[in-house]
Amino acid sequence: MIANRRTILLLVALAIVLVVLPAFANPYVVSVATLVLFFAYAGQAWNVMMGFAGQLSLGHSLYVGVGAYAAAGLFVRYGVGAWVGAPVAMVACALFGAVIGALAFRFRIAGVYFALLTIAFAEFTRIGFDHLPALGGPGGLFLKVEQRDHLDLLALRGPPAMFYYVALALAACALVFCTWLLRTRVGYYWQAIRENEEAAQALGIDVFRYKMLAILVSSSMTALAGVFFAFYYNNLFPEQIFNVSRSIEIILGPIIGGLGTLFGPILGAALITVLADGSTELIGALGWDIPGVKQVLYGVVLLGVVVFLPHGAWPVLARRLGLQR
Amino acid sequence: MDALTVVDLVLAGVLTGLLYGLMALGLSVIFGVVRVVNFAHGEMMTIAMYATVVLSGWLGLDPFLAVLPVAAVFFALGYLLQRGLINPFITRPEHAQFMLLVALAIILVNVLLMIFGPDARHVQLDYLLEPLEVGPLLLDRGKVAAAAVAAVTAAALFAFFRFTLTGKAIRACADNHLGAQVIGLDVKRLYALTFGLGSACVAVAGCMMILLVDVTPTLGPGYTLLAFVIVIVGGLGSMPGALLGGVLIGVSEALAGLFIAPSAKSMFSFGLLIIVLLLRPQGLLGKSA
Repeated sequence: MIANRRTILLLVALAIVLVVLPAFANPYVVSVATLVLFFAYAGQAWNVMMGFAGQLSLGHSLYVGVGAYAAAGLFVRYGVGAWVGAPVAMVACALFGAVIGALAFRFRIAGVYFALLTIAFAEFTRIGFDHLPALGGPGGLFLKVEQRDHLDLLALRGPPAMFYYVALALAACALVFCTWLLRTRVGYYWQAIRENEEAAQALGIDVFRYKMLAILVSSSMTALAGVFFAFYYNNLFPEQIFNVSRSIEIILGPIIGGLGTLFGPILGAALITVLADGSTELIGALGWDIPGVKQVLYGVVLLGVVVFLPHGAWPVLARRLGLQR
Repeated sequence: MDALTVVDLVLAGVLTGLLYGLMALGLSVIFGVVRVVNFAHGEMMTIAMYATVVLSGWLGLDPFLAVLPVAAVFFALGYLLQRGLINPFITRPEHAQFMLLVALAIILVNVLLMIFGPDARHVQLDYLLEPLEVGPLLLDRGKVAAAAVAAVTAAALFAFFRFTLTGKAIRACADNHLGAQVIGLDVKRLYALTFGLGSACVAVAGCMMILLVDVTPTLGPGYTLLAFVIVIVGGLGSMPGALLGGVLIGVSEALAGLFIAPSAKSMFSFGLLIIVLLLRPQGLLGKSA
């Protein structure tokens, strides 16, 4: 898939730029870049389900939230660090994913109905966490913010640059993992299911099993995005983290970048984050500081992308640069 | 708590539920015919609520009269929206339609925020303040009036689809898209008409809803979700199903507020949605595909 020499060259250049970035850029740029990498990672995780296997989930905030609360809950209540919390969070999210997948796929719920079911589960869980005083309820769960200056990788406590590198590592690992996944037998089965489920079944693919695998991989990957979120922002509110708009934020990247492509989620995350921050700057400079202007601009650009770039930005860019997709 | 209070609450739930049902009816009609899920549905309703605030609060028009111009304008806007923006997306995959309408919803919410600011607005009618006494029961006059308008609108829509030629043609499109094209129906125009009718429904629901709740720009997404819950419970694409689903959700919200924490009431609705999706995915009154 990425055997092209120009692609490799470009990737190496990008990797070098990203690795040395914190040494040159100011804290603001580093924080924006961290956000881009976070959304690139989460988008890649979502893309496994939708882009590879064709299952439209609009409730991925569920896995971000459960992952974040699992790791943060362990840390706040029992002092268990992020590295132990992360696998626990992955298992917890995989369990949620397994329940949703088993119910939905067993009862053959697909398309719009599946999408709405995922929203329903996310909302259901959000309200559930609102009524869970042990984890702060609607008042929120807060992680202690100490040792911000010195690096403690074991506890995942440290300066912003550390979080940047953690996000970079996550995004890079996700890219490698997804590249590999697409070339495995499972990856081809997923794409067959995405293109035509009935034909895939007729060819002898156990559709239920591979759809389950997709939701398990996607949900446990998204769990790590949640863990990162918890330790980076240090506060969690059910109202925010489980919100439908969080799910939309996650899926914007892959859709804008190019569904099912490997670089789409990364490019899309960069475009979205830069657009959001750039429009803030622009509006500030123009002095149109009324609440809502920024989001309207954002919505208009989004509308334009959806109407004019039906396959996302990456395929267009890749063709321009003479790369393989 | 005595039985009378519970009956009062259930009745109030039924009345609010009829209004919910009308809102969901718009979504259901659009999905049933055009096969597009209107993810900007709640946002459209908040616009109708604001339109009523402007017409009645600022210009002094009675909300029950304001319904007519608002519904007419919404019909035209819905028609144009379908014709111009959504029609090219009919053959595109679901996620593309979803993104289109989400983008639209983001724009609508924030244009409202820009114009009206984040404060809650309401419309109060003095002649609706006195409760209506029916035997031993006490009913909220606003709710009764709103539910009556909802019922009349829904009945008119049923009659349109049942008895008029255009209504029958729209149903033909919904039943068999290709067949409708073959016999020479102008499917694009009928789709646009349907989207207009669905928008008019949600406009009427919005004009009445403002009599019961205060409106803020961010109310939209919540109502979109509520409309989804209702149509899925009742049966996506089924018109009586939307009304039944609305009443069920209205009553369950009223009772959940009484027996469990009021803040948990939508958990009950979403729980109901999950159960219905799993046990009867076509909804209570929906036909299985």
